[in-house]
Amino acid sequence: MKEVIRVSDVVTRFGSNLVHDRVSLSVEEGEIYGLMGGSGSGKSTLLREIIMLMRPESGSIVVLGKELSNITYADAAWLRQQWGVLFQSGALYSSLTVAQNVGMKLREYTDLPDSVIEEIVHMKIRMVGLPEHAAELYPAELSGGMVKRASLARALAMDPRLLFLDEPTSGLDPIGAEAFDQLILKLRNMLGLTVIMVTHDLDSIWTIVDRFAVLGERKVIAEGRLDEVIETPHPIIRKFFWGARGRLRSAHGQ
Amino acid sequence: MGESKKEPQGTGEASPAARVRLEQAEGGWRLYCSGQWSAERLGGAVATLKKRVEELHDTTVHWDFSGVTQMDSAGMMLFLHYRERLEARHCRVEVSGQSREQRQLFELLRDFLPRQRPSKPRLGSRLLKPATDLGRATVHGWHDLLAFFAFLGENFFTLVRSLFHPLSIRFDAIAKNIQEAGVRALPIITLTSFLIGVVIAYQGAVQLQKFGANIFIVDMIGISVTRELAPLITAIVVAGRTGSSYTAQLGVMKITEEIDAMRVMGFDPQQFLVLPRIIALMIALPLMIFFADIVGIFGGMVVAHLHLNLSWTEFLHRLQNVVDVKHFWIGIVKGPFFAWLIATIGCFRGLQVSRDTESIGRYTTISVVNAIFLVIACDALFSVVFTELGI
Ligand SMILES: Nc1ncnc2c1ncn2[C@@H]1O[C@H](COP(=O)(O)OP(=O)(O)OP(=O)(O)O)[C@@H](O)[C@H]1O
Ligand SMILES: [Mg+2]
Repeated sequence: MKEVIRVSDVVTRFGSNLVHDRVSLSVEEGEIYGLMGGSGSGKSTLLREIIMLMRPESGSIVVLGKELSNITYADAAWLRQQWGVLFQSGALYSSLTVAQNVGMKLREYTDLPDSVIEEIVHMKIRMVGLPEHAAELYPAELSGGMVKRASLARALAMDPRLLFLDEPTSGLDPIGAEAFDQLILKLRNMLGLTVIMVTHDLDSIWTIVDRFAVLGERKVIAEGRLDEVIETPHPIIRKFFWGARGRLRSAHGQ
Repeated sequence: MGESKKEPQGTGEASPAARVRLEQAEGGWRLYCSGQWSAERLGGAVATLKKRVEELHDTTVHWDFSGVTQMDSAGMMLFLHYRERLEARHCRVEVSGQSREQRQLFELLRDFLPRQRPSKPRLGSRLLKPATDLGRATVHGWHDLLAFFAFLGENFFTLVRSLFHPLSIRFDAIAKNIQEAGVRALPIITLTSFLIGVVIAYQGAVQLQKFGANIFIVDMIGISVTRELAPLITAIVVAGRTGSSYTAQLGVMKITEEIDAMRVMGFDPQQFLVLPRIIALMIALPLMIFFADIVGIFGGMVVAHLHLNLSWTEFLHRLQNVVDVKHFWIGIVKGPFFAWLIATIGCFRGLQVSRDTESIGRYTTISVVNAIFLVIACDALFSVVFTELGI
């Protein structure tokens, strides 16, 4: 399998707060890759570095064959077309309706007629499970879960090759979260996406994630498939998977 | 969104862009598609389809996908859109050459196709738009006015309650706001009022020199600056500087739900945010006007000295003897009124900010425009009243 993202020896520091100390991981094409770790372990920060919103202090990040630390302007523009991002807080444009938010990239980057764009937008909105009338609402008029969905629809608008999701299922009800997971799985299978998702949701890890990394103590403490990671004797991992919530899940034998 | 679409730049795998060829075939037409049918590469196909599809009706169209290397959902939707168009023109569409992935994609998307086409506003309602807009604006203005009165009422209530419980007044917030709105504004007030003094003195000097009435420059500056110009200029600067910042501050707090957080913790925003700002400005503005009086007169003095050869002592002497102190007091008295208008409007508009970031900009503009207008209107009212009273 082809490697689409390689992070090697990344060091990140905010003032005196060392967040990453030589973090390395790699994501292969077509997989759903999870990033786990406690609050404040630097998952969002790592994601921001991969999507070029921040530069690490040292180390290298290669995305789709481009080294980010000395990328040319044209390559950067090309890369930004290859991915869709769902931010932790949604980050919808508050002065645009959901439909306008979703259609933004299509309007800007393609030559499609408006009527087709509108159909694509409505299709994506239905695809992420939003009711039809949500299209004309403004972000402030949405519930937390709807914001997540609208934001996913926006990330999917151009059928990106890479999909970055920062805690897509947090704030959703269990049924909604499950459906969201299945949706991501289905999209991956159909569109051949590579999905990188930050998640705390053990259910997502159990059901849809192919491989994942656990961040802790400023490093990657484990990386691999579930059965590989779960055997790691590191105390953080044991807490994660053998704590009450994790045990409950394993007791159901999944 | 501009005319020119941004080209997909750089180093994508160089596969050919989407193309459509329309050719006559036995029993109808053949639409031969090729290239990469993905969102950013569809331009060429769209252009051809737009142009040629309108020519077809009452015929059979063989839609051939065998040359398509890759297709995404935008490509699929384009196909579906034009297939529907063709069917609406009584064409029979036969699809061939679809790959397995394309069929799967279709299966996936089919469940999510919009059931009914989003409809455009009808012509009738578009013709009526100016009328409906006017109606909406009127109703909106009326609601605005009601909301403003409600705000004033709430504000007054808070003020009265605070007077009964003086300890609940936020003195530290008031002090901070005086510092922010008053002390920090002194440099710009100095500059503007000095220049106003200079300008008035210059214009006056030219006229007065013609009559040899040089000494009257003192009366002119002394009265016009203290009574009218210093209060007005100071108020306008403060409206632009402080009124707008009040609106923006409260607006952002509204958007980030800080104001809601304060409410649920039992901190009344009127008492914690609005009242201290209004009181602070009502204290600061008269003091700033006093300061502007001094600087403005000094500006005039400089011009009188340089241009009319009026010595400093002569100027000050006449200023003391001739210019009645009531003019100065009238100017100062306007201060709290202007300050009340500016701060109240600023806070009111700030609390009106809703849902989106754009509305911060909109309400900030509205707040400054309202405040400046009301300050000038209020000044006009004062002029009339004082003149009628013979002051
Ligand atoms: N802009 C910033 N300036 C300073 N410190 C920051 C900044 N952004 C993040 N940090 C710090 O970096 C660390 C990692 O933050 P990050 O947002 O990546 O955590 P996270 O793993 O995404 O946590 P969560 O699961 O709660 O979202 C935290 O200690 C945070 O305080
Ligand atoms: Mg985070």
